[in-house]
Parts: sequence; structure tokens; C-alpha cells
Amino acid sequence: MRLFIAVVVSIALLMVEHISPRLDPVRAALSLLVDPIKYLVDLPSETANRISNSFSTNATLKEDNKKLRNTQLLNQIRLLKFEALEQENIRLRALLENSFKLGEQVLVTELLSVNIVPPYENIVVVNKGTRFGVHTQQAVVDANGIVGQVFRALPNSSEIMLITDPNHAIPVQVNRNGLLTIAVGSGELNRLKLPFLPDNADVRPGDLLITSGLGGTFPQGYPVAVVDTFTPPASQQITATPKALLDRNRELMIVWSDKEPVSLAPMQAPSQTGVEENTHE
Amino acid sequence: MNNSYGFGRIIFTLVLAMCLKIAPLPAMFAVYNPDWVLLTLIYWSLAVPERVGVFHAWTFGLLTDVLTGRLFGQYALAYALVIYLCLSLHRRLRQLPFIQQALFIFFCLLLSQLLLFFIKNIQDTAQLKPTFWLPVFVGTLCWPLVYTVLRFVRLAKPIKTD
Repeated sequence: MRLFIAVVVSIALLMVEHISPRLDPVRAALSLLVDPIKYLVDLPSETANRISNSFSTNATLKEDNKKLRNTQLLNQIRLLKFEALEQENIRLRALLENSFKLGEQVLVTELLSVNIVPPYENIVVVNKGTRFGVHTQQAVVDANGIVGQVFRALPNSSEIMLITDPNHAIPVQVNRNGLLTIAVGSGELNRLKLPFLPDNADVRPGDLLITSGLGGTFPQGYPVAVVDTFTPPASQQITATPKALLDRNRELMIVWSDKEPVSLAPMQAPSQTGVEENTHE
Repeated sequence: MNNSYGFGRIIFTLVLAMCLKIAPLPAMFAVYNPDWVLLTLIYWSLAVPERVGVFHAWTFGLLTDVLTGRLFGQYALAYALVIYLCLSLHRRLRQLPFIQQALFIFFCLLLSQLLLFFIKNIQDTAQLKPTFWLPVFVGTLCWPLVYTVLRFVRLAKPIKTD
């Protein structure tokens, strides 16, 4: 009898959650019970990080500092041009009477080192959730390119589906000629598949794929992957290597694009949590 | 009477099992990671069937669902079914030699894994890789370990059965 009830309730829950997000509050409430486990499991690697940080020598710190200073300088110089180019772009767009989305806000989050799914599904957990305003279907990037999208936001953590998950597809564009296609995850962390290209498509090895902005989830223009070498006629097997360091980065950034501006004066996110804002109007 | 004491112990081991379930292993080893929560639940349901019932299994299945971000009810359904099997057979199972017990555990783990795959397949197209079945084998191999450790935990100070 108890088994019968359990089975019926489980199947009912499965069906309800499969078709509607109505159970999300329940999940959020239960996650408050369960999320401490994630943080607990993350604790060893976190402490290991801290310890290795505190043991790093003066010399390495100086070296790091120098290196970072150099990259900072380079980035600043690049940004000098960027401002001017952006203004020019806006003016040109205005001439074309074309709207342009600008300004994205990012929130820096840290990966929790837990494996919640079998390794052929690429879903990772980060340490910020709905309490920081994170919601589903937000793009997640790192310093090199697109990482994935927020798959489920819980109060204290959120699950991020990487672009290489077999159930993930991202609309991309070849940066060289604007050719649109879709990159599908392969289940391996270093490969994306491009299955929807015709035989005569103008794609070359080494082409940069950027987000096309179609579909609305990913903001336009972020680098996604680089096309691998392939033998020309076999267009079915074209693959690409993601730009983002999917298995090495601990810091990820969750992006708010302009479409849904979220007030980033968060409840308990003081300025040092890394909330940055691009205020280009 | 002494109910809460023994129960605390059971819950402690289950939480530990949940930690193990999401432990950050390198991808090479992660494919072998067996379903520790189910193994622990099976042990407790065989050892103290009057304490751990279908309902507890279902609840912890639900928590595992939330923990691993699956559809609600997936692990809950699998765990409830397996624990029901264990409960209805626990008298006979205690008499069996160790090898046959392990065989039974193997079928329990297989049943749960099959159910999970079935539900995942309804939800979206799941890939059935050969490595998908590895946790079942590894889980069976781990059973003696789980058995010994949990037996030690249980007998550290006997749980009173009233």
C-alpha cells in the first residue's frame, strides 16, 4: 500500500515537473536542506586552494603581480579603442535606423567542485543563486568565451549546463563571413559538433565561431569555439573546440543582457563580490 | 523511546552517502561512482526493517533528486521500489550466503539504474553509453565494504528495537 502511494506520487511529481515549472518553489525549499551538502563536499578543495594560496612565496606573488599588471595595461589600451569604436558603431547603426543592444552586467561566481551528474552530462554547480538575482537561461561566460547557460537557479546555488552537454545547442555564427549555424554539444569537454552545415558551406579550419544572438539566450558576439581541422568533403563531421576553459576555470561570470535589466543593487552583495556594470547608454 | 538516537545514526550515514554521491572525482573515476545512497538505504532496510521503510527511502530519493538536479520523483521512485523489494524479502535475504546477497544487491542496483535511464529517456534523448552500467558493477563490489562499515556503525552501540 505504501509502495503504491509512493509510486503514484512519484509518477505524478515526474509528470507535473516535466510539463510545468509549478514545482520550482518546492525544489527551492528542499534545496535549502540539501545545498549545505554541496558546500560541505566543496570544502576540501576550497581549503586546499586557500592553503596553497597562503603558502605561495613572495617571489611568485611578485611575478604574478608583474604579469597581471602587463595584461591590465594591454587590456586598457585595447579598451581605449573600444570606446571610440562603440560610439562609431552606434552612430552608424543610427544612420541605418537599426537598434543596438549594449551594456551587459556580469556577476562573478565560483564553481563548487561537486559532480552531481554522471560525467557524460556536463552540468556544473556554482555558488550563487536566486538570492543574487540569478535566473534560468542566463548566459555564463569566462574570460575566454561562452561557458554555458543557467539551467536551474536555486536559492544558494545554480546549475549550469555547459555548451558541450549532449542536450545543449547554441546558435553560432562564423566570425569571418557571418555564416549562421548551430553548435551542438558532444558530451566531451573539448568538442562541439556542427551537424547542420551543407556540404558546400564556407567553413575553414581555424574559423572563430561567435554567438549569433539568435534564440535570445546568449548575447551576441561572444566567442564560442574554434573550428578544428577536417578533410573538406566530410562536412558532417565538422567539430570545434570551445574557447572557454571548461574544465579548468573556477571563476565563471553570469551575464545579464540588456533585455531584462536587473537592479544590481543586491540585497547582500557588497561591491567586493565582483558586481560590475558597463554603463554605456 | 530511544528512537531518535538510532535514527540520527541512520540519517548521518545517509548524508555521508549523499556527499560521496556528489564527490568531485576526476572524470576517469567518476563513471565508476556507485549509488552510495541506495546502498546505504538497502543496508539499513535489511538490518533494521522496522526503522527504514518505503517512506524514508522515498523521502531520501526526493532529496537526492534535488541534490543532483534531476526531475522530481526520479530517484524517489527508484529507491521506493528497491526498498520495498528489500523489505519484503529481508527475512530470506538474511539467511542467504554472502555471494547470493551480493547477487540480489546487483539486481537492486540494476533495477534502479534501469528506471533512472527509462525516466531520463522520456525527458530527453539520453545517450546509453557502456559506462552507464559501470556503477552497478562497482556498487556490487562495494557492497561488502558498505556492509562492514555500516554494520560497525550500527553495532557501535546497539539500536534498541522495541
